[in-house]
Amino acid sequence: MSKNFRRAGAALFVTALTAASLVACSSEQAPQGAGDGGGESAAASDTIVLGFSQVGAESGWRAANTKSIQDTLTKENGFDLKFSDAQQKQENQIQAIRSYIQQQVDVIAFSPVVETGWDAVLEEAKAADIPVILTDRAVDSEDDTLYESFIGSDFVEEGKRAGEWAVEQYDGEGYKAVELQGTTGAAPMIDRQQGFADAIAGSDIEMIDSQTGNFTRTEGKQVMEGFLQKYDDIDLVFAHNDDMGLGAIEAIEAAGKVPGKDIKIITVDGVKDGMQALADGKINYIVECNPLLGPDLAEIAKKVVAGEEVEKRIVTQDEAFDQEAAKAALPDRQY
Amino acid sequence: MPTSQAAGGFGAVVRHHLFWPVVALVALLAVNTAVRPGFLSVSILDDHLFGSPIDILRNCAPLMLVALGMSLVIATRGIDLSVGAVVAISGAVALTFIAGAPDPASTTTVLLAIGMALALGLVLGVWNGFLVSVLGIQPIIATLILMTAGRGVAMLITEGQITTVTSAPFKMLGAGYWLGLPVATLVAFGVFALVALLVRRTALGMLVESVGINPAASRLAGVRARTIVWTVFALSGLFSALAGLILSSNVMAADANNAGLFIELDAILAVVIGGTSLAGGKFSLSGTFVGVLIIATLSLTVTNVGISPLVTPLFKALVVAAVTLLQSPAMRRKLSERTRRRGRTAPVTPSDKPADVATDKVVAS
Repeated sequence: MSKNFRRAGAALFVTALTAASLVACSSEQAPQGAGDGGGESAAASDTIVLGFSQVGAESGWRAANTKSIQDTLTKENGFDLKFSDAQQKQENQIQAIRSYIQQQVDVIAFSPVVETGWDAVLEEAKAADIPVILTDRAVDSEDDTLYESFIGSDFVEEGKRAGEWAVEQYDGEGYKAVELQGTTGAAPMIDRQQGFADAIAGSDIEMIDSQTGNFTRTEGKQVMEGFLQKYDDIDLVFAHNDDMGLGAIEAIEAAGKVPGKDIKIITVDGVKDGMQALADGKINYIVECNPLLGPDLAEIAKKVVAGEEVEKRIVTQDEAFDQEAAKAALPDRQY
Repeated sequence: MPTSQAAGGFGAVVRHHLFWPVVALVALLAVNTAVRPGFLSVSILDDHLFGSPIDILRNCAPLMLVALGMSLVIATRGIDLSVGAVVAISGAVALTFIAGAPDPASTTTVLLAIGMALALGLVLGVWNGFLVSVLGIQPIIATLILMTAGRGVAMLITEGQITTVTSAPFKMLGAGYWLGLPVATLVAFGVFALVALLVRRTALGMLVESVGINPAASRLAGVRARTIVWTVFALSGLFSALAGLILSSNVMAADANNAGLFIELDAILAVVIGGTSLAGGKFSLSGTFVGVLIIATLSLTVTNVGISPLVTPLFKALVVAAVTLLQSPAMRRKLSERTRRRGRTAPVTPSDKPADVATDKVVAS
C-alpha cells in the first residue's frame, strides 16, 4: 500500500513531462448519473457533495479501497461523490483538493500520497469552511485542527496481532524467524516491525534477520532466497505484506521446502492472492489491513456535515485469518 | 574481448578494461565467502543445481538482457530510459493473455503469450528508434515519453491489479531448470552470446561504434547511420520484453507498478561499470557482462552479509563509486603510470592495443 514512496523520486523526475497525460487512467470519474452539478444541489437537498482524492491504483488493496468508497457514497445513500485519481503524485492531489474547494463541496476526503506538505492547501480548505477527512494514511502536521478525522488501520496493532498469534502457536519451540520488511521508512513498515517485535519479546521466538523486500514479490523472493542460503534453520517468516510473503513462498518451494509446514509464514494485508495461498495452506496466518473504508467515511462525513463532534482518530476494524477462516471467507471476499 | 592480450605482463593486465570490474566482482565474492564459507558451494537439489551462485546467475538474467540492449544503444551515443516500462508492459501483456486463455497451462497459450509480448516489445523499440533516428529527437527525451507512459499502459492492461496465473510451462522460463541450470540464465546468456558473436564477428559492432563516434562522418562514409540507430533501439525493446517475461515468470505475477522499476538505472550502471563510455563509440559487451554480475552479486551481498536496509543504499553507492572511480580514464592513467615507473618497464609494443576506455578510436577488440 505504500509502494509509491519509492516512486516519488522517479515521479518528480518526469512530472514536467506532459506525456503523463498519456497515462490514460481517467482522472475524473463521475459516479453513475451524478452529472456535473456543482455544490448548489447540496444546499437544496440533503445530498452531501463529497470530493475524494485517491492516491492512485497501485495495488489490489488500493483498488478494493476505491471500489468500497465508490460503492458506498452513492446517490441512494445521499452522496454526490466527486472522485479523482492522483496517480501517486502529490501535486495532482493538491490540484484536486483546490478544485474541490472552488466547487464548494461539502466535505473533502483524501488519502495523502506522502505525509508532509499539506498545510497550505488544508489552510485553504479551512478558510473556505470545508471540513477535511483523511483516510488510510495520516498527514504530518503540527496543526491537527486542519482536518476533522483520520480513518485508517493501526499498523502497530497489525504487527502486534501477527506477533501475538506467532507466540500463541509456536512459543516454546525455539523458533527462528526472519522478517521481510516493507519499503524502508514507510509508516506501515516501521509500525508493523515494531508491533511484531513488541509482541514476540519475552517468548523464545528469535528474530534472526530482517531485510527489506520493498513490498514487492520479486524482491521478497530474492531476499528470501538469500536467507535460505544463509540459514538452514528458518522456522518462521513475517512479511509486512502479502506480496512479499507470496514471493517468499516461491523461494521456499524452489529450495525444496514446504511453505506453511517446514517454514511457517505470517503476513499482513489479506488481498485475494494472499487469502488463496492461506486457504491452500502455504501461508499460516494473515492479519487483514481493511481497505473497505467506504462505510466509515460515509458515517463520518454525515456527522461532520450535521455539525456533530467526531473522533480525531478512527481505527478501522481489521480481521485476522488462519487457514480455516480463510477457506470460509474466500468465496465472499470483495478484494 | 578479454583474450586479446596474451602477452604484455602485469601492466597490460592491470590496464585491461576488464581488470577493475573483475577485481570488484572477486572482492565481493570474497567478502561473501568470508562471512559465510559455504557461499560459493553448489549442491544438487531435486535434479537441479542449488546455491547462491545459481541464485545470482538466475536473478541477473533480466538485467543481463536489458543491459545488453542498453550497451548497443549507448554505443550509438543514445540512451534508453524506457526499458523498465517495456519490462512492465511485456509482463502485463503475457500474463493477462495467459490468465484470460481457456487453458492457461497449455504450451500453445504460453508460446502465443510470449510471442505477443516480444512482438510488442519490438514495436515499442521501433517506436523509440523512429523518434530518435527519423524525427531526430534526443534519445533521453524520446525514451522518456515511453518511460512515463509505459507504466500507465501496463496498468491499463492489468486494470491496476497484480495479475497472477498458474501455468507450468510459463513458469519454466523464469523459475524452471534445464539440464540442472536455470532456464532464465540459459536464455539470457544465450541471447548475450549470440549478439556478442554477431557484433564482433561481423562488421556490425564496428558500424555501431562509428555511428556513436561521429554519425555524420559515418553517413558520409557510407554507413547507414539511421538504420543502425533504429535497429539498436528496436533490439533494446525486444530484449527488455524478454527480460519482462523472465521477471514476471519468476514470481508468476505481473506487477505494473514495480516490475522492472529503476532497471534502466541498473542497466546504465552495469554498462558504465563495464567500461563503456556514455559518450558513445567504443563499447564492451564483456564489460557489461561483468557489470551485471557485480550488480546481481551486490544485491545478494546485502542479504548475505546482513547489511541493515538503512545503510544499503549507501553501501551500494560506495561499491559502485569505487568501481567507477577505478574505471575512470584519469585514474587508470595514474595507476598504469605507477606500474610502469616501478621499473617493470612494460614494453608498449605496437601489438599492445590501447585498452583505455576513453579512446575514441574504433577498436574491434
